[in-house]
Order: sequence, then C-alpha cells, then structure tokens
Amino acid sequence: MSTTLGADPVVEPGARRRAPGGGRLEAIAQAVVPVLLSVLASGVLLAILGRNPFSFYGAILDNGLLTGFGLQQSIVRMATLLLIAGGLIIAFRANLWNLGGDGQWLLASAFVAGFAPSVVNAIGGAVGLAAMLVLGAAVGAMWTVVPACLKAVYEVNEIITTLMMNFIGINLANILVKGPFLTELPGVPRTEILPLDQRLPRIGDTQIHVGILIAVGMMLLIHFVLTRTAIGLRLRVLASPEAARHVGVRPVRLTFMAFAASGALIGLSGAVSMLGDWGSFRADFNPAYGFLMVPLVFLARLNAVATIAFVALFAVIQIGGDTATRKADLPTDFILVLVGLLLFFMAITEFFRLRRAR
Amino acid sequence: MTSRSTQSAAIVELRGITKTYPGVVANDDIDLSFHAGEVHGLLGENGAGKSTLMNILSGMQQPGAGSIRVEGREVTIDSPHTAFELGIGTVHQHLTLVPTLTVLENLMMGSEGLRLDFTGARARFDELIDTLGARLSPSAVAGNLALGEQQQVEIIKALWRDTRMLILDEPTSMLTPQGVVELQRVLQRLKERGIAIVFITHKLHEAIEVGDRVSVLKAGRRVGGLEPDEVRAGSPLEIKRRIVDMMFGEGAAQLAGVTEMELRPEDGEHRRRLSSQVVLELIDACVDGGEDEMGLRDVSLAVHRGEILGIAGVDGNGQHELAQALAGQRGLSSGDVKLEGESIRRLGVPDRQRLGVRYLSDDRLHEGTVRDMSVAMNTVLKRIGQAPFWRRGAIQPRAIDTFAQDLVDRFTVRTPSVETNIGKLSGGNIQKVVLARELAFDPKLVIYNKPTTGLDVRTASFVRDQIRSQAELGISAIVISTELDELIALCDRIAVMSSGRLTGVVVNGRSAHTRVGELMLA
Amino acid sequence: MNNLLTEPVLTALIAGALLAMTPIMFAALGESISEQAGVLNVGLEGMMLFGAYAGFNGALYIHSSWAGLLCGALGGVVAASVMAVLCVRMRLDQIVIGVALFLFAEGVTSLLHGVQFGDEYPRIGNTGEIQVPLLHDLPVVGESVFSQHPIVYLGIALVFLVRWMLKKTSLGLSLRAAGETPTALDAAGVDVTRTRTVAVLSCGALAGIGGAYLAIVGAGSFTPLMTQGSGFIAIVLAMLARGKVVWVIVMSFVFGVSLSISTALQLARINVSTDVVQMLPYLTVIVVLVLFARRSYLPSALALPYFRGER
Repeated sequence: MSTTLGADPVVEPGARRRAPGGGRLEAIAQAVVPVLLSVLASGVLLAILGRNPFSFYGAILDNGLLTGFGLQQSIVRMATLLLIAGGLIIAFRANLWNLGGDGQWLLASAFVAGFAPSVVNAIGGAVGLAAMLVLGAAVGAMWTVVPACLKAVYEVNEIITTLMMNFIGINLANILVKGPFLTELPGVPRTEILPLDQRLPRIGDTQIHVGILIAVGMMLLIHFVLTRTAIGLRLRVLASPEAARHVGVRPVRLTFMAFAASGALIGLSGAVSMLGDWGSFRADFNPAYGFLMVPLVFLARLNAVATIAFVALFAVIQIGGDTATRKADLPTDFILVLVGLLLFFMAITEFFRLRRAR
Repeated sequence: MTSRSTQSAAIVELRGITKTYPGVVANDDIDLSFHAGEVHGLLGENGAGKSTLMNILSGMQQPGAGSIRVEGREVTIDSPHTAFELGIGTVHQHLTLVPTLTVLENLMMGSEGLRLDFTGARARFDELIDTLGARLSPSAVAGNLALGEQQQVEIIKALWRDTRMLILDEPTSMLTPQGVVELQRVLQRLKERGIAIVFITHKLHEAIEVGDRVSVLKAGRRVGGLEPDEVRAGSPLEIKRRIVDMMFGEGAAQLAGVTEMELRPEDGEHRRRLSSQVVLELIDACVDGGEDEMGLRDVSLAVHRGEILGIAGVDGNGQHELAQALAGQRGLSSGDVKLEGESIRRLGVPDRQRLGVRYLSDDRLHEGTVRDMSVAMNTVLKRIGQAPFWRRGAIQPRAIDTFAQDLVDRFTVRTPSVETNIGKLSGGNIQKVVLARELAFDPKLVIYNKPTTGLDVRTASFVRDQIRSQAELGISAIVISTELDELIALCDRIAVMSSGRLTGVVVNGRSAHTRVGELMLA
Repeated sequence: MNNLLTEPVLTALIAGALLAMTPIMFAALGESISEQAGVLNVGLEGMMLFGAYAGFNGALYIHSSWAGLLCGALGGVVAASVMAVLCVRMRLDQIVIGVALFLFAEGVTSLLHGVQFGDEYPRIGNTGEIQVPLLHDLPVVGESVFSQHPIVYLGIALVFLVRWMLKKTSLGLSLRAAGETPTALDAAGVDVTRTRTVAVLSCGALAGIGGAYLAIVGAGSFTPLMTQGSGFIAIVLAMLARGKVVWVIVMSFVFGVSLSISTALQLARINVSTDVVQMLPYLTVIVVLVLFARRSYLPSALALPYFRGER
C-alpha cells in the first residue's frame, strides 16, 4: 500500500505510554482539517449556484441530527455503513483491494430478503433472524472466494477480479429478485416484505434496531483483533508480501481469510439492512455504499475506532443531505461532490504532513 | 602505446566540492582532477561520500559549494541531461536498464526527435561494441542478459554520446573473476582512446590494480592519494600500507576491519578443526525457478556443526532459491532437507525457526523487516502467536519490549527506543536488529544472504565477528556472498553455484581464490 | 436460433455493438497509455463523465457533433489534470485519488446537469452519422459497419496510431520505460514526471471523447451517471491487453456485442433477460482469468509514485 495516503501505523500497545499529547492533537487536526475545507469548498460551490450554504448545512444538521426522527434514521444508516467500513478495513490493512463491496452487499441483501420471510416465519424470531444474519455473512464471504483464490494462488491482480465480481453480483442480485424471489406486489419487482414485527428488535421505542449494536461491537472487535492479536499482526504483515513470505505467515491461507472476513462483514451489513431497515429488496437498487466507504476508511487512516466517528458524521450527512438537497432543489448526487472534495483535501493535507516529516 | 603521461589534460576538475544534508556532511571541501586516458581510483568505505560525489558529477545532485570545471570551463551540472552534454557518462552500481526493452531500445532512451532512429542507433552500437571488443545482440531483451553483459550495455550507454569521462560505480561487485578481467581489458581499450575513467570502489586491491592514480575518501573528505608516478614506483605492499595509514591513521593495520580489507588469498592460511557431526544436509534438492529464476538442480551439500560454509557465485545462479529452500520459504520439487538427521522438508518457516534454522535475508528493508512497525515488533515477527510474546492469542507488550531492549543492548543497536519505527534506523542498525533476532533462542544453523552489503566497515566487521564467534560455540553458518574476499576471510569451506547447480566445494586455503574462480565458470 | 441469423437482427447486433464499443474502446486506449507509463487510472469513469457532460453541452450549443467531441476531449483533460497534479506531481496514492475523482465527477456532473436543465433531458438532433458511399449498400455490414459516425473509424485508426507511437517514437519509448523502470528513464535524462503527465492527460482526452460519444451519438442526451460502469470495464480491458493496444479493439468489440445482444435477441424473439445478458462480459473475463490464470501483465512501476533518489 502506498506510504503516502496509507494506514495509520498501528499504535503498538506499548507505545501508548509514550504518545505525547502533541501527537494525538495533530492526528485529530489531520482529520478535521479536510472536513472543514471540503465543507467550505462546497459552501462556495453552493453560493455560486445561488443556494444559501448556511441554510443548506443547517438543513443537513436539522434533518440528520437535531430532530428525533432524523437522528434515529442516521443511526440506522450508520449501522449499515459501519459494517461495510469494517469489512474494507480488514482487507485494506492486508493491502488487498476489495473493490467488489457493492456486489457482495447486494447479493447478500437479495438472498437474505428473499429467504427471510419464510425462514423467520417458520423457525421463529431470534433463531430465524440469527440464521439470516449468518446467511448474509456467508453469501458475502462466498462472493470473495474467486478473487481471493486468483490472487492468493496465481497472483492475479484483485482490482480486476473484485470489480468484475462486483458487476456480476449486481446483475445476479437483480436476476434473483426478478426470478426466484419475486413477489406479486405491484410496482418495482421486489422480494416479499418482512413484516415489521418480525424484523430486528428495536431499542426501546425508537426506530433504532439492534444492528447498530452489532456494528459498533464488530468495529471494536476488529480494532482489538488488528492491534492486539497474533492473527491481526499477521494480517498487517501480509500488506508487505515479501516480508510475509519471509516471516512465514502463510500468505495464501491468510489472503483467503482476509477476503472472506471482508466479504462476510459486508454481507452482514446487507443482512442487517434488510432485516432491520428495508425489510425487502428492490430490483435495480444500488446505493453503492461499498464505493462510498472506500475514501472514508482512508480518511480514518484505517483505524477502526476512528472510523466509527467518521461514519457517524457521514451518516448524518447522507440522511440530512437527502432532505437538504431536495429542499435546495439540487440532485441528491450533490453529496458525492462533498465526498470527493473530502478525499481531495485529505490527500492534500496528507501530502503536506509528509513533506514536513521528510 | 598507452597515454599514461601524468601531464595529460585534466578533463574534469573539482575544487572545494561540499554537500551537506541535515545532520551529515556528505562531501567536505573535496579537490579532485580526472585526466584523459587515465583511471582514477576513488577509494573509500561505504558512507565515505563516494556516491554523493558521483551523483554530483552525473547531475543527479547539486553541490552546496565548490566548482566544477570541464576542460577548463566552469560548469553547472544541473541534470543528467547536462552531464551527457558535457561528455560525462556514468555506469551505476545498480543497473539502470529496463528489463522489458531490448538492448537497442535501452540505449535509445532519451533520444531527441519524434521518431526513433533505429538505423543510426544500430550504427553507433556497432561502433561502440567494436571499441569494447564485446559481443552483444542489439535486439536481445535486456532482462534476459547475464549480469556481465548487462554491465557492458550500461558502459555502451555511458559512452553513447561523445563521452570524455566515464564514471564506474563499484563495477566489479557482481562480476566473476573472469568478468573482472574482461572489464579491465575494456577499460584499457578506453584509456587508449583518451577517455578519463573514474573507478569508484571500496576494495583496496582493486583501486591499486586498476588505478593509475588513487584518491582516498574518508568521512566526506579527501584524506590523501597517490599520484601516477607513486603508484607506478612503489611496491604493492608499500602502497597498501600508505593507503591504510591514510584511511585509518598510523599503525592501524592491526585493526580487524582493515585486515579484512587488505587480506589477499595468498596471505591467509585457513584451517580449523571441524566437527564431523553433520547438522544440515541437502540431498539432491531441486527447486523450480519458474520463469524468472534459475532454481536448483540436484544440489547436495552437508554442513557440519560449527562450520562456516560459504556459497560463492555470481548473483542469480540459484543462491537465492537455495537460501529460501533451506529456510522453508520455498518448497523442494524433489530431494530432501535434513536437520540433524530428521527430514524437515514438510515444515514451514515458523517450525524451522523453532528447530533452530535461521535465515538472514539479503533484503533487510522489504523482506527482513516491516518498515512501518517498531523495532520491538520486528524482533518478534518470526514468533507471532508464540509465548511469551502472545498468550492465548493476545499480545504481551511488556514481554516484547523487554526482549527487544535486551537485544538492542547486547548488539549495540543505535535507536532512540524500541518503539521507534525501524524504517528510521540506519542500514547498519537495521541489520543488527535482524541479526539479533535470528540469533536469539538457540539457533543451530544460520543462513546469511549477503550479510554485509551496504554496511559501513565497522558494522560489517561486527557481523563477521558474530558469525565467527557463533561458529566457535558450535552454531553453523551458511554465508552466501558475491564478495569472494569476504568468503575467503570467513569460511572453512566454499561451495560454488552456477546455473542452479553446485559445481564444487573448495576447502579454504592457498589458491582457494583461483579454484573458486574456475568453478564459477563451470 | 434461426431468427438470430436474419439480416435485420445481425445488422442491429453489429450496429449496436459498434455503438456500445466505441466509448469503451476510446477509454481503454487511454487507460492503456496511462498504464504503460505506470499510472493506474481508477478514476477513468470520472473522466468519461466529465467528457460526456462537456461534450453534450458542446454539441447542444454549437450544433455540431464534432464540436461536442472536441469539448468532450477537453472535459476529460480537465478531469485528468487533477490526477496529474495530485498523483504524478504530488505523488499521492493513485487508487484513492482515482476513486475520489470518480465519485466527485458523478456528483459534479449530476449537479451541473440538474442546475442547468432541472428535470428535463434535452436531446441533440443530428448526431452526425455518415454513410460511407458504395460500401453503405452492402447487406448487413452496409447499414451497420458503414453507417457510423466518422469518429468510430477515427478511433480504430487511432489505436493503430498509438501502437506506432509506442513502438517507434521517442515518446513511446519514454512512456514504456516510465512504467517499467522510471529510474532508468531518469538516468537517461528524461523527465519522468513530464512523461507521466503526458500519458495521464492523453488518457483524459481519449476518455473524454469516449464519454462524449456516449452522450452525443449513443444516447443523444446526458443523464447523470450514464456511464454505468463502462469506465471500469475499460480499465480491466486495458489491463488484459497487456500493452498490446490492438487487442483493445477486439475486446471492446466483444464487449460491445454482449452489451447490444439483448436488443438483437429481442428482435429475434429469443427471450433472455437483460440482466443475464449484461453479466456475460464480466463473466467472460473471470472465466478467461481462471482458465489462463497467468499474472495479468502490469508494468512493474504501475501505481508506484516516482521519487528521484529514493531506493
């Protein structure tokens, strides 16, 4: 992985004693500055287009954070995005470019949405839902086997293979929805809707389902595994392929495992979305979360804990932005501009940081 | 016949050249002159400032102070392009050929104009091949050539434009003894054409053999030198002593490091009583090299307890595969590996490590260590998951730190702390960390792949001492090296690899140098 | 099956294939040049989008498809210059910047279109196809191969021109060296940064033309996100072509066929769902990779920023 826009070197447990306040402060500034700059830049863009940036951002905050409904929606969205981010972090830490997240997500979602109504009905609540979550993870993991194999055994570049599997997965998901999983409901082809009372349990009397707990829990687990366990270290060593072979971490096996874990988490995200939020899978529906999360995890320097904060922020922007863009009479894709700018500014601040360090 | 007049024209003159980097003065007020038809040997250890000087002459870097005169005119060499224009050609130590392009294409890189002039280039190529007296095909793919041939292409490249001065940086580091003779012949022919030659080396005997004039560099300064008449007049021993004095001060010839440098094969008598106990055996081992590498073909050898076995040969003849096969990084397609009588063929790196087989790779930056990790983590990289550093899968940072600190102290590694990123350490200190790591936990046999490349004399000496003292304790060593002198100084026996085969094993002693040279050509 | 081989079906198939193939061919050609020089351009689709938007506007307001294609090239160059500055000059990570560029391009073009036209999707009238005299009257191929916009023929010719350039010119040699062993090129006195910049900008121009073609000739209008992954297909095709650019034509055509085959099948009254058909090209690539499982040849210095003096 490039040493420029690369991972935050994992702060070894011992080193925590030594990290001075200055270091931590700089890391925070490092992360906050790009956000501020991109907000500023898009603000200017808005002004040029004749929209009021303040009311726009105000609308984002309002609808994403400050209303009860908005906040809950954001947290629900966060669960989905966080799991995907976690999956990407595992792969990227091992220098494996899993760019097939969308395909993995959609396929897992299709399977889960397709089977859930009947399975949950038959087996019953907790067990049924758990089984569906496992199914989602399994489908996601399975969809990485081909790229993993080609990479581990034949050294075929995984950018190509994951991208190809991505598109195949997207189409396959559509075929499944329009085929075996189709329901008689009018409108866009979709799977049978999972009744509200059979979905993932809510927390209290909010809209927030337990998916968020699963997601946050997973991120903490990932962080622990990556920083404190033997297998986490092996994964990080895998990022240096020559060292990996020299040191004996068994790169072939590890590549399969890393890809599988990555796919599993992304698949789990799809399952959580279907079982907690959407309840059914529509054809020709691709929110492309897998791509969106790529720049985000890099912004967080591949640190699982920091990612939680960034994903939270992003979820607010997405949810709030949905309403804000409509109010400002702009296409919803405008949020992508924000994301793109975020990445650029992040790259530039990173550049200056490295320039100073050299 | 030769133009060895001491009064021959100075092609390039350097006056007061100084170059500093933060914290280090690479070149300190250096005066040098290079004359037509003469070989000027620049002698100095790694880190003495030779590379920086060469970079300045070839336009890769700018001096901080001082002047450069080419044929009397003061110039600024601000880019490699300018260097060419001025007639300065450089042959770098690490070959700068594009392996996928043909020889002719490599030579045509950087040519002016839109279309490539293949006919013109071919003509020039034929001309220069003739000058060198070499045999090469212009349409051969550069990556397929032998190292000596690649170097010849580099020389042609350096001579492509009207070159008046040719700089050679450590040109013999990858050549066979025969190849060195070839090179000397070529240089002689170039001298006859009036070209000034700068021969950069860290090998004392080379500088004296090849150089008409010698300058000695130490810690960035020119600490002395010999004029052509002095070189011609003095006896080899006398010259050697004078140079050693310049480099290390009066009476320093007793220093271990220096002895290394000047030891000639005829001087040393090398006999140690070796145990008959065989610690490692390779039996008819075959390794598939695939498309890129030579592989191994029916290699058999035996290493005794406490023995230092050298592996000589030109780079790329299977040494790398041998090391990897012994370490467990590569599998054997046939044959067997036995450690103390038991086959370890099926075992991977971690298991072999535990049994006492250790491997110090030649690539300490990419293979031996992970740059972004701390010194402490790097010391336990081959023991991931093992107690006491991991318990039940979770890391024990204190155990790791203690272990690492102990190694750092015992091997005098210079590092701010064990938490420092290993990438920040100097090459010598990184090598010490890797060495310390491999020697921990009761090794039985250590494989060293080019252990002293790129190290300063002190650290190189340290490494060799370690190998020797370990051998005294009964720990065997296999030392792979392209530096024959090093092997002669260190090893009990020397095996020679050529084209993936073991062409012979020589017991160290008188005439070992010649015998090994012969075996390298077999 | 008989229905498939009738004249109207075959004609529609080939015509559709050429239509679909052209944007990919241009983009893949550009990406080939870029990759040969060592720059992996993941943001290719973003460049195509910029080209599509700029090209569409150009054709709309100047009333000429050629003007539109030119504007498309310029749009692509603008997008590529971001890549050139950030990745080639500032040496930031190519893949991350590429993804950013792609996302940004999606957002910006969608935004600008929305601001410009609101909910409407104006169409371009004359899309500039010509009919090659005489050859136009041939059965099957007449209506399809010889009734295309001249840019298609130009594109194919361009592939051969690029091939000549790579093999026989000084620039081509520099490009190939930059992607394989940049230190060698530097030592030869050639500016590696400038060489790579030229490669990236050329890629942008070609991708821009591809995108513009898609909008002007292919669809006749601009829709946000209209490239639908064709940029990524182009990246893969470039990687598979392994520097032998003529393969780009063949592979783009095969892809074009697979993209247009659903219409042809409908005409032949063979019922296969579009989703299945759409999967075929990607599936083919995977199958090819599995069967031949060789390392896809990528220049050694691909995606590695070049620092003089380092290493």
